[in-house]
Amino acid sequence: MPKTFPIGGVHPPENKITADTAIELLPVPSSVVIPVSQHIGAPAAIIVNKGDYVKTGQKIAESKGFVSSNIHSSVSGKVNKIDSIIDTSGYKQTAVFIDVEGDEWVETIDRNSEIITEVRLSGEEIIKKCLESGIVGLGGATFPSHVKLTVPAGKKCDVLIINGVECEPYLTSDHRLMLEKGEEILTGVTILMKALKVGKALIGIENNKTDAINHLTKLATIFSGVTVHALKVKYPQGAEKQLIKALINREVPSGRLPLDVGTVVHNVGTAYAVYEAVQKNKPLFERVVTITGKSLSRPGNYLVRIGTPVSWLIEAAGGMPEDTGKIVSGGPLMGKAINNADVPVVKGTSGVILLPKDESERMEISRCIRCGKCIEACALNLEPYLLMTLSEKGLFEKAEHERITDCMECGSCSYICPAGRPLLDYIRLGKTAVMKMVRERNMK
Amino acid sequence: MSLTVLITIISLSLLALISSVILYFIAQKFKVFEDPRIDEVQAILPAANCGGCGFAGCRNFAEALVKAETFEGLNCPVGGATVMGSVAKLLGKEAPVVDPMVAVLLCNGSPEFRPRTSKYNGASDCRISHNLYIGETDCSYGCLGLADCVRACAFDAMYMNSETELPVIIDDKCVACGACVKACPRKIIELRKKAKKDRKIYVSCSNCEKGGPARRACKVTCIACGKCVKACEFDAITIENNLAYIDTNKCTFCRKCVTECPTSCIIEVNFPPRKPRIEVQAEVVNDNPNV
Amino acid sequence: MSNILNVSPSPHAHGKETTKKLMFGVVVALLPALFTSIFYFGYGAIIVTTTSVISCLAFEYLIQKFIFRKPVTITDGSALVTGMLLAFNLPSNIPVFIIIVGSFVSIAIAKMTFGGLGNNPFNPALVGRVFMLISFPVQMTSWPVPAGFSTGYADAVTGATPLAIIKEGLKNGESLSQLVTQIPTPSQMFLGNMGGSMGEVAAFALLIGFAYLLIKKIITWHIPVSIIGSIMIFTLILWLLNPEKNADPMFHILAGGVLLGAIFMATDYVTSPMNPKSMIIYGCGIGILTVIIRVWGAYPEGVSFAILIMNAFVPLMNAYIKPKRFGEEVKNG
Repeated sequence: MPKTFPIGGVHPPENKITADTAIELLPVPSSVVIPVSQHIGAPAAIIVNKGDYVKTGQKIAESKGFVSSNIHSSVSGKVNKIDSIIDTSGYKQTAVFIDVEGDEWVETIDRNSEIITEVRLSGEEIIKKCLESGIVGLGGATFPSHVKLTVPAGKKCDVLIINGVECEPYLTSDHRLMLEKGEEILTGVTILMKALKVGKALIGIENNKTDAINHLTKLATIFSGVTVHALKVKYPQGAEKQLIKALINREVPSGRLPLDVGTVVHNVGTAYAVYEAVQKNKPLFERVVTITGKSLSRPGNYLVRIGTPVSWLIEAAGGMPEDTGKIVSGGPLMGKAINNADVPVVKGTSGVILLPKDESERMEISRCIRCGKCIEACALNLEPYLLMTLSEKGLFEKAEHERITDCMECGSCSYICPAGRPLLDYIRLGKTAVMKMVRERNMK
Repeated sequence: MSLTVLITIISLSLLALISSVILYFIAQKFKVFEDPRIDEVQAILPAANCGGCGFAGCRNFAEALVKAETFEGLNCPVGGATVMGSVAKLLGKEAPVVDPMVAVLLCNGSPEFRPRTSKYNGASDCRISHNLYIGETDCSYGCLGLADCVRACAFDAMYMNSETELPVIIDDKCVACGACVKACPRKIIELRKKAKKDRKIYVSCSNCEKGGPARRACKVTCIACGKCVKACEFDAITIENNLAYIDTNKCTFCRKCVTECPTSCIIEVNFPPRKPRIEVQAEVVNDNPNV
Repeated sequence: MSNILNVSPSPHAHGKETTKKLMFGVVVALLPALFTSIFYFGYGAIIVTTTSVISCLAFEYLIQKFIFRKPVTITDGSALVTGMLLAFNLPSNIPVFIIIVGSFVSIAIAKMTFGGLGNNPFNPALVGRVFMLISFPVQMTSWPVPAGFSTGYADAVTGATPLAIIKEGLKNGESLSQLVTQIPTPSQMFLGNMGGSMGEVAAFALLIGFAYLLIKKIITWHIPVSIIGSIMIFTLILWLLNPEKNADPMFHILAGGVLLGAIFMATDYVTSPMNPKSMIIYGCGIGILTVIIRVWGAYPEGVSFAILIMNAFVPLMNAYIKPKRFGEEVKNG
């Protein structure tokens, strides 16, 4: 009997159109735009100047502070300018514009495709390597990985959880990666285990990906301590707290981290990036992106250089269909809608979805009929209808009491609401306000 | 029969008597002394409870007024000089002269001037749109057009102009309580000093970007070219953050800057028409039917 | 770019569930009971249902159009559901004008004065029904005997409901074993062959509707199960204490409006609590009140009153009974 998390959840149509499409290499575009803020935390400081020649894999921006990440050039060529561009955040951010000239990689990168399973580096060296290589969580949250690998004094981690759930509809990049790079991922998991000093790692995969489960289960027999677990399909299983609950039945207390229950969660994509960084000395400058949509002629999974404009990716997938109404970066439930196709692919871009016009419009908002479906859908057992009203009316103290800050913005409530109410829109607004209020209170 | 009536009357009267005695003692015991002047002051105040004075409501403001040594910093924008004058007279103090103010929108980005590059489709709330992204246009400073300010206005002094997709402030109804200023997530509403005949000259733009990108996003943006600064004979205009600002204390309403501005982002309102040539700012003229 | 894209906060997908679909789901679930009541009561059932539905829709339309002056939303199906439920709570021979008065009370007073769908604290159909029961007690308690299409409308042969028989009999000092011959057998009651409100008689048809609602996930099991469960337990205790004075649990469930009330009336979205914990408390409250009214109250039937009384507690329950949040208590396993 496959496991799952106990409360809430929804079952959106899976629409995994590209599940059987092998990962293709996307040609390098003529120019790339690399934003300096592709992760949670402080933006990186640019260390190149206009006119400099950079190689593929060369560091172009340095991490500022502990929670931050290095950024590397994904192409070789000349720095055209350093300017601002609208990125997936929806606002203008500083970015490095590079005109591509050839594809000359930094010499230290091992471009041999041979798989190295023996881990030579020590735990500390691995963490340093992750920091150096600019590894961030590739599931979408883009939290710098070296921070997650550093267990603070006084806390203990006894099990590593690898997230291969990919519960968002449409997206298949992790699925394909597990099928095609299974051994690399498992080596990456071993590396992560070594860095965290744990002897056990569980890989959780939803059982709509039986081929990946079978493939990894077979491979995992030679990796000690790594086991693969099938999970029942339910959104939002890929959420950290839900996955921990489903796999090892520990409940992360409200406002705390997985480390507080002795575990750390990493994405399979991150495990692969860690493998490449540690074994192949290759920094994070490309990732697998699913480009999909019901009316797209050639949807697929592509290995894309960071900074490639989304429009280039869409061209490769057969051009933008006439009826495109919305472009979503990430999954349809948690992704961000982007307002133009020139936005570059960043480290956190797991997919690009082109929604047709009729699916891109929200339904008309009507009155709340108090059906309670949002409460039923909430995986954290919050009361979304109440949180929305409190946020709308600005009653933030009450909202804090109702634990608005627990909300992980999975969108299940808005998804299920029969009245089409923008529950999450307002909850997000209230959450931001409450967090600000709490910060200000703590400052005093 | 008559006995029943008698008993009823007696018992009820007794009950009433006992209750009233208890009530009297309780009222005496829990009596809270309040300055009677608070009530009197409150009666003068407009009772709009708008919060424009900085207090939660008129009652709180009345308490503050009675307690205050001087009226420095205390002002009821709604009542203005008349109300403050009569409160001052009642309390035997002097009300400082506070200039009446009026709210002004520092953005003129109608779709005509500021092309829409995307369509916002979420909940109709400026704050949500502002948190989400740059907005429907390429200007990250300008009006989002989702009417948070109009909803915040307790005096019906604002409405959305469906053509320009911008809010319009009705000068006669605006009491400068500042609710809209607080409601606007982009902080593009300013309280400016009221001039005679409701005349106004102001830079109707909030874009802090450099000229080039600002101009690409909107035709009527301030590009910080400095022409108005040179044209102004009274040093009323300063440029900060790529944005010109006209100081109402220094401005003499000569209108020289208006003619100089290459992007027509300086706006004049309620002036008699100029003789020689007609300018392009027709769209901001107060066209509200309610006035 | 020529193509202007839509931008909105996430999520960018919607489950395609709408208020309208939910309401029409309830209508579909009511159909089996409607057909059985037409089978038992003939033309009367058709006349009562049609009048009630049409007048409910008309009142909602008129009020929204001419008093609220807002977009008319009668197509959302909520007035249709109210109309059908109101009809289901009436005897099949009730005069048309009483139905119209009842619809007016349901829609205009119980629903629209509070602002329409989503704001009414009390179940509109039940408010209408209770109003009629108090204002027109004679017409509201003369129950036609089921006789199919041979049942006349105005001149139907009437009889008492099983609950009224028991209540009356016990009052006259008879014991249950003497009364048992006068009441229908459980299988008759299950099939609905007894006197009573139009929609409440046929237990099997209501259960089919219940199954449909559960499969379509329109309602959850909490409210109906807790009502029926608490009635069963309470009446079982009373029955065990004195089988001569108290009817058995099966009788209490099948007779009267327990099933209709538990499945369709108490589960009304607007007037029922929103989280499972309070749903169960609400359901148990209704069950216990129903039995109290039936056994010790003046009326033979108490479901309507019980639901309305518990409706009044719903805002309180929504405010104070909170689901256990994820991560609220640490329990490591």
